[in-house]
Amino acid sequence: MKHFAKRQRTACSPEHCLYLKKRRRETVLVQALRLGILLLLLGVWELVAQLRLVDPFIISSPSRIFATIGDLAADGSLFVHIGTTLWETLAGFAIAVALGTLVALALWWSERARRVLEPYIVVLNSLPKIALGPVIIVWFGTGSTAILFMTVLVGIIVAIMNMLGGFTATDPGKILLLRSMGASKLQILTKLVLPSSLPAFIGMLKICVGMAWIGSIMGEYISSNAGLGYLIVYGGQVFRLDLVMAATAILCVLAAGMYALVALAEKLLLKK
Amino acid sequence: MESENRRKALEFKDVRLVYHTKEGETAAAEHMSFCVYEGEFIAVIGPSGCGKTTVLSLAAGLLRPSAGEVCVHGKKGQKGIGYMLQKDELFPWRTVRQNIFLPLEIGKKDTPEHRARVLALAEKYGLSGFLRAYPAQLSGGMRQRAALIRTLAADPALLLLDEPFSALDYQTRLNVCEDVCRVIRGEQKTAILVTHDISEAISCADRVLVLSARPARVVASHTMDFSELSPLKRRESPQFSGWFEILWKELNV
Ligand SMILES: Nc1ncnc2c1ncn2[C@@H]1O[C@H](COP(=O)(O)OP(=O)(O)O)[C@@H](O)[C@H]1O
Ligand SMILES: [Mg+2]
Repeated sequence: MKHFAKRQRTACSPEHCLYLKKRRRETVLVQALRLGILLLLLGVWELVAQLRLVDPFIISSPSRIFATIGDLAADGSLFVHIGTTLWETLAGFAIAVALGTLVALALWWSERARRVLEPYIVVLNSLPKIALGPVIIVWFGTGSTAILFMTVLVGIIVAIMNMLGGFTATDPGKILLLRSMGASKLQILTKLVLPSSLPAFIGMLKICVGMAWIGSIMGEYISSNAGLGYLIVYGGQVFRLDLVMAATAILCVLAAGMYALVALAEKLLLKK
Repeated sequence: MESENRRKALEFKDVRLVYHTKEGETAAAEHMSFCVYEGEFIAVIGPSGCGKTTVLSLAAGLLRPSAGEVCVHGKKGQKGIGYMLQKDELFPWRTVRQNIFLPLEIGKKDTPEHRARVLALAEKYGLSGFLRAYPAQLSGGMRQRAALIRTLAADPALLLLDEPFSALDYQTRLNVCEDVCRVIRGEQKTAILVTHDISEAISCADRVLVLSARPARVVASHTMDFSELSPLKRRESPQFSGWFEILWKELNV
């Protein structure tokens, strides 16, 4: 019996080999199609612009976008803008996650606080944060402090709600077990509630990454003098679609990169 | 009776317990009095929803009686209790080894000596091959065994078992029941097993307490007169069906 099981693991039956081969071929095909769609879109776009079927002044074109990025990189301003937006986003993300988790902890600890503050959280959650834009500018000026505040504001409510959901979903049977061992509330928190909320924490990180980008770009739309959001708004005002598209493309790459980092963290944290 | 001279491990004196909720109040226990002596293995049976879990929660000190007194080893404050629940409640992010050390960590007794004692216990009862495994990798029966070793880890003087086999399939249930009884007898622990399964109560216990429908009250106490200790052998012995009939009738009055 044991011998058989071992043989099966190392050398597979012809049938199983065929199955594995099919699966591998399918994966390669999916990735090729993905890349194909991207190249096709870019190609059609470029062609439409080159043949002047639509004025490239309005739709820009891949080659013009690359040229614009090259120009921005050459005079170094590209890195200033990327750095500004990246800093606002990362700092806002970190503060929203840390503060949100702490508030959620406090709300888990005190049921009364939870009940008292519930309507406030619900209202803050449904309020479009951009409505607070003018207030934020008056309070924090037009610099990156205001944008940072906007980023935190957009992320923190989501962080609180997600983490509180994770904390309160702790298995009551396991809490009972710890209480029967004479565990204190702090022990229940550290031995049970925090470790069992790890998946909720990862899920919250994923959502908050998106929220942080929304916050920082929205903040830059309202008032700024540097950053990718600034480039987009500025490019729109002076009708330079190349600039708008270039900044948007960079934003896409950065956001995807940050999401990939969180996904990597998920893989590392959740494997036992 | 000879047991009157033995030391009392647990005593309920005219205990009453009322649950208060928004919808109203529920009396789960009323005028409940009984005694468990040291080294005794007691089974408590009663109709479902009568208050069996409540009795264990009172004994564990998780609930305070609305009236009357609950004494563990003659004192009111509860300590040295091991509670085993229907589900194994092993923490999935801990290995079996880390799971069975949990009571040591909670009780601030996480020393090499205590760890060695727990590991010896695990070895003695056939868990040593699974120490590095995660609970998800174990069968239901093995998980319940791990839960038992965890219950015993803090060396409790009194074991409380709340329908610990009811989540298992029939075959596994008989085997795990056999094992758990052997471990509890082997460690000479005082134990209270709550169950709704009459044959389980007869096959495990020294004495069976029968509870009334809610609010629970002790209506009968029967000392089991088997020469055997093994649950499987008891099930085959001639007195078994007699006891079954008696308890069945008392539960269905
Ligand atoms: N926390 C609680 N709040 C209100 N009522 C409860 C609570 N726990 C149990 N009860 C009620 O008390 C009665 C006895 O419950 P329980 O001790 O769990 O019964 P058993 O374990 O015998 O099935 C049930 O009717 C149940 O509805
Ligand atoms: Mg119950």
